[in-house]
Amino acid sequence: MSLPQRFLDWFGARGWSPRAHQLAVLAHAQARESVLLISPTGGGKTLAGFLPSLAEITERGSQGSIHTLYISPLKALAVDIARNLEAPVAEMDLPVTIETRTGDTPHSKRLRQRQRPPDILITTPEQVSLLVADPHAAHMLKGLRTVILDELHSMVTSKRGVLLCLALARLQTHAPDAIRIGLSATVADPDALRAWLVPSHSTPAPLVLGRPGARPDIRILASVERVPWSGHSALYAIPEIYREIGKAKLTLVFVNTRSQAELVFQALWEANDDNLPIALHHGSLDVAQRRKVEAAMGEGRLRAVVCTSTLELGIDWGDVDLVVHVGAPKGSSRLLQRIGRSNHKLDLPSQALLVPSNRFEVLECQAALQAAQENAQDTEYPMVQKLDVLAQHIMGRACAGPFFADEFYAEVTSAWTYRNLTREDFGKAIDFVATGGYALKAYERYAKLKSQADGSLRLSHPRLAMAYRLNMGTIVEDEMLKVRLAHVKRRLGKRVVTGGRVLGEVEEWFLSQLTVGTTFLFSGEVLRFEGLDEFGALATRSNDREPMVPSYQGGKFPLSTYLASRVRDLLSNPEAWNDLPTQVRNWLSLQRFRSVVPKASQMLVETFPRADKHYMVCYPFEGRLAHQTLGMLLTRRLERAGLQPLGFVASEYALVIWMVRDISLLIAAGRLSLDRLFDQDMLGDDLDAWLAKSSLMKRTFRNAAIIAGLIERRQPGKEKTMRQMTVNTDLIYDVLRTHQPDHILLRAAWDDAAEGLIDAWRLGAMLKRIRGQILHRALDTVSPLAVPVLLEIGRESVSGEGHDALLAEAANDLIDEAMRLV
Amino acid sequence: MSRSQRIAVAGLDFIPDLSGALFAPDFGALLVADLHLEKGTSLARRGVHLPPYDTRESLNQLRAVIDATRPQRLIFLGDSFHDGAARERIDAEDLATLRRITAEVETLWITGNHDPKPPEDIGGRILSEVTLGPVSLRHEPKPLAEGEAEIAGHLHPAAAIHARGHRIRCRCFIADERRVIMPAFGSYTGALNVRSDAFAGLFGEFSVWMIGAKAIHRFPAAKVR
Repeated sequence: MSLPQRFLDWFGARGWSPRAHQLAVLAHAQARESVLLISPTGGGKTLAGFLPSLAEITERGSQGSIHTLYISPLKALAVDIARNLEAPVAEMDLPVTIETRTGDTPHSKRLRQRQRPPDILITTPEQVSLLVADPHAAHMLKGLRTVILDELHSMVTSKRGVLLCLALARLQTHAPDAIRIGLSATVADPDALRAWLVPSHSTPAPLVLGRPGARPDIRILASVERVPWSGHSALYAIPEIYREIGKAKLTLVFVNTRSQAELVFQALWEANDDNLPIALHHGSLDVAQRRKVEAAMGEGRLRAVVCTSTLELGIDWGDVDLVVHVGAPKGSSRLLQRIGRSNHKLDLPSQALLVPSNRFEVLECQAALQAAQENAQDTEYPMVQKLDVLAQHIMGRACAGPFFADEFYAEVTSAWTYRNLTREDFGKAIDFVATGGYALKAYERYAKLKSQADGSLRLSHPRLAMAYRLNMGTIVEDEMLKVRLAHVKRRLGKRVVTGGRVLGEVEEWFLSQLTVGTTFLFSGEVLRFEGLDEFGALATRSNDREPMVPSYQGGKFPLSTYLASRVRDLLSNPEAWNDLPTQVRNWLSLQRFRSVVPKASQMLVETFPRADKHYMVCYPFEGRLAHQTLGMLLTRRLERAGLQPLGFVASEYALVIWMVRDISLLIAAGRLSLDRLFDQDMLGDDLDAWLAKSSLMKRTFRNAAIIAGLIERRQPGKEKTMRQMTVNTDLIYDVLRTHQPDHILLRAAWDDAAEGLIDAWRLGAMLKRIRGQILHRALDTVSPLAVPVLLEIGRESVSGEGHDALLAEAANDLIDEAMRLV
Repeated sequence: MSRSQRIAVAGLDFIPDLSGALFAPDFGALLVADLHLEKGTSLARRGVHLPPYDTRESLNQLRAVIDATRPQRLIFLGDSFHDGAARERIDAEDLATLRRITAEVETLWITGNHDPKPPEDIGGRILSEVTLGPVSLRHEPKPLAEGEAEIAGHLHPAAAIHARGHRIRCRCFIADERRVIMPAFGSYTGALNVRSDAFAGLFGEFSVWMIGAKAIHRFPAAKVR
């Protein structure tokens, strides 16, 4: 491990010395080995990644080609990293050039980078895919020595990571000697990351661990207020949160969804008697607005920022000394990541305050607190093998030049994420890219890939490369529309609305719910919807105190499996309740008295009558998505068993189904078996039958179709007319499902749905876990534990599959009205 | 179990079908608007390979409604073919299906803006308008003189209502006592809200017949958002 003298001098002049993990990474790099560094934030991780490259370029001199690619998940982060790196490079007077390349980099600069490449190029995963899809890629990458992957843990769990892994395999082909340095926060399974980082079937990258930081100091808000039974707004705790903000220098208030951010911000603003500078930061707000908030944080002009995961990653803006987490954190690693934003120095403990928004969340916060104190991680396993991503990558490969399928297959399977891809599926993906992969051969003439005499495949038209460049990427967002502040004038008695400043963007489906005059919370203000024009939505400021807010999107982060099992443990162990607030303890004691508290291995099912209906409540603690799927499937079974189910509601913790027939009676009479009802076989035909028509499936299909390149998001110069030119993906889905149910895109969509929106895999694991472990109680009335989920009834809309029933009902209401008039 | 709906125009009753077709019992005629055959393959030249099954799906639906209603004549209200090259792209099997239908039922092709010259080798007669008793059948709705009535397509109507906090949107028939505009029949055809400008001035006090998954539901204009 040798560091050039000027590096040692530089460290010395600052009274520093290189840290052990920085030297360990350097040693591996100098031995030309890939390496994974896992270290908490603030441990000099970025410098650890760069030191080997800086040292080598300094010693060997610039070679006039890209020496190091530094890949960061965020565009903004890439720019900041470049800026931060320039300081030591200038101070040491190193002969190293550093440039960035992101989606915002102008064409002229890209051209210049091709002619005169920098030594270090800082970029994003999408840009790496674009780089390797360039016909000049081989030339540009021939001198590549190092690839640094920052925040690797955050990239590998999504399709971005799946695509990035393929791009790395391409880089490997161009620069076989290049090594990879992975930088990651602490994860549950470092071995998976070690394997991900290197070509499949080679020795996993060695692991270097940074020094762990001080243990965080986490509290749960001991509220004197009554903690609500249900709901997600945590408005009860606003005065107490406000007092905490008053005591700290700079507080980050994390929430789980944008609508929650709006609500909490609004409430804090109303409680803001001291006029503290409090700001709002979430993904829907205009970028310029977000940058302003970040700058104000950096300059110490703010006291608190209410934010979503937008401020979870990346560099420090200002000296945050308190993190408040409103609502349950959903996972131990997520909580650790978020509270790591405070006291971003290793030796000081982070300060965090958890604010549960309802009683079940008190249990979840308690479980998360303990897990975080033990530094227990529950990050997801890296995502693997997506057929839609593969299709996109094949197109990118073709853009770079002609290729042989077999050679390319070997390269693709050298990516860890595709190590198990069969040659058959690879062939189907190629067919899909070439002609759509349809049984009906309609597109042979219009094939995008054509076979050449030597057996290689080439792109049939250069225009396709342009379409690829415009449409590549794996992040598919809902259709967003801009929201603009409008001016309303009266002209000849008519309201004339004209658009002004852009406030941000909002999902089209949300706007489609609004009628003119409806009020909603956005950008920290109550706005009145005034209608749509060709640029998006128009809104005016409103004095309305009670806006209609977007419904809580509970599905955003499901409760992690790990945390769920800790919550079950906590619930099953009355001795552990002593750590809980009195009101929550009393609630659980009452449950033990009125019904029963299940053991950690058991699943409690309660049945009881209420009003003129009969209820069944079960408590799997597997997250809302899995519960919704379970609700759909159980409803079908209860229907067949003749119990006449009327509806269901799922929460993160429980599921309630209500029905006409007396379920307690049927169970007592031995005519309904709960073991049979919850049998794993529901995941077979029932699931298929329901899924086929589910709107969730149509959503995942749309995403897969866009990523795979079937639908173009953008066309050169035609962005505005796209909507008329494309065919609605729901229609495509229906037709394809009827005529070619085994098509590769339907498989891709099913695969996504099973691990995403319907969480079928988690549901399957749960059904297996509870086999023979169902604890049933037939009660006379609702139990204390069941109250929260029953309160959700009516607040939650019952899943929107049965539109015919609603249409019929609406039409019947009219008939009733008509009859009364007669 | 649902009572079938009726749309009354110019004193005649028409029966809307779940498929989007309209049956005229007095004339034994089945009306179908905006089939847009081969819309799926129309973007092929640009490299967009949509599943090419829309024609087959539309023809299956057509076959089913013909079998159910046993019409003496079949009248297409224009835009039956998505573009002038649709005939070259249509699959041989689908073409055969279409020819069997025209051989079996007297077929009239009204021209539309997408197919001003429908293919002549498929069977049936090509016309710009058809008169059915007091009612004119044409592709694009026209201003009506006193005492005139029409059935048209072209606009692909859809309607939305609000029920229990849901906004429900479906293809629909829209009609007053003088005019019906039919929904598009084709499997890849989009739809346009009846509250949009394209429908302005066409109707007096109208109703819509919304096409659900299992039944057709009638709503008065006041309910339509």
